[in-house]
Amino acid sequence: MKIQEIENIEISLLLEAIYGRYGYDFRDYARATVERRSRLFAKNTGLKSISELIPRIMRDEMFFERLVKEFSITVTELFRDPSSYKELKLKVFPILKTYPFIKIWHAGCATGEEVYSLAILLKQEGLYDKATIYATDFNDEALEVAKNGIYSIDNMKQCTANYLAAGGTDALSDYYYAKHESVIFDKALRKNVMFANHNLTTDGIFGEMHLVMCKNVLIYFNKTLQNKVLNLFCDSLIHSGYLCLGSKESILFTDVENKFENIDKGERIFRKITGTANV
Amino acid sequence: MSDYSAIVMGMSAGGMEVLINIFLNLDKSFPLPVIIVQHLHPMHKSELPDILRRYTAMEVLEASEKCVVEPGKIYLAPADYHLLVERDATISLSNDEKVNYSRPSIDLLFESAAYVWGDKLIGILFTGANNDGAEGIKAIKKYGGLTIAENPDTAEYSAMPGSAVDTGCVDLIYSKEEIKLYLEKLSVDKL
Repeated sequence: MKIQEIENIEISLLLEAIYGRYGYDFRDYARATVERRSRLFAKNTGLKSISELIPRIMRDEMFFERLVKEFSITVTELFRDPSSYKELKLKVFPILKTYPFIKIWHAGCATGEEVYSLAILLKQEGLYDKATIYATDFNDEALEVAKNGIYSIDNMKQCTANYLAAGGTDALSDYYYAKHESVIFDKALRKNVMFANHNLTTDGIFGEMHLVMCKNVLIYFNKTLQNKVLNLFCDSLIHSGYLCLGSKESILFTDVENKFENIDKGERIFRKITGTANV
Repeated sequence: MSDYSAIVMGMSAGGMEVLINIFLNLDKSFPLPVIIVQHLHPMHKSELPDILRRYTAMEVLEASEKCVVEPGKIYLAPADYHLLVERDATISLSNDEKVNYSRPSIDLLFESAAYVWGDKLIGILFTGANNDGAEGIKAIKKYGGLTIAENPDTAEYSAMPGSAVDTGCVDLIYSKEEIKLYLEKLSVDKL
């Protein structure tokens, strides 16, 4: 048997072990990235193969916690993919304004930069006060960072450029203050934000949403899991609710292809055209 | 039947000049898929596929999520996403941290392709001013594939192919013109 075939079996066994022992289900994640992270983790912990991870994972909860951290994606930035925010502001916010209250689910929010991004734009459009934002992730450590809203100052120049490209109207610095090497976001931005642990692979619907944001999460899933999660989003949305995905994600060739219509040129904001929420 | 199933390529500074030359005489009958990481500025809306189409009769695509790679087609990594290959020969994109200060990273493409195609893979590393791709070349070699580097003496930027050569894992060191001829020979061998 070729070495890469053996390694493929090792990865499957590892994911099965994690699921059986801890209930975290990575079996339907896009394999290449999980494999890369497993290899890196094994190497960084001084182990020679992926299968050597398995006994450690089974007996050592702390070790598992470290692996989960490795597996969960926390790469994000303020106003990442600014044109999608601009489209939201131009095409979705005017409709949201017509509702007496709005519920937004930001699924897979990681360290929260994009939650603050959304909150700022909602404020500028006079929508924030009637909004509730549910910001969820399965990584508790990332959620803690999100709750604090303190980020490194290093990338602020790029983020400010993104913010302007996203159609932000006043100075971004109105929403944070800088201290040492950090920027600290205004507490008022999270007044209507509920941060909560939610795992898209295993947890269900928890509310009736007007907008679901989930950017650069689905790319980490295989087709099966993508369909499952897209159905979850579809069932969570009210009739005519909106779904906003990452710039390289699409509902084309998925289960929900016919349940949404595309409303922007970039094909990443979709409007639900069937049924009401199945909550 | 060819001995190979796919070609992966990486290039950085100076790569445009390579891209618009090496595929000039190839068309859709080319027997292998070609998957390419060319470093791009993240804010750049990629016009690379449109440009490359003018210089080849192969089909040129921006690699999209979950697409199946097919012979005769060139797949270019989108800006600001890593491109990885899955075992079912589909494309995965990832938003992971930069590797070698790069996203997309050549190492990630090469490594993932090595796991998928093993000794059926050809990896070619061209001009560039950093050292992305060297680890990838090592992985391709380790899994039995064929590794080619552009000759650092004639490459526009020598650092990237040079650091691959320094790993001792490069099978063939070719000039850009020789790589072009090699690809054309692969094409003819299949007929």
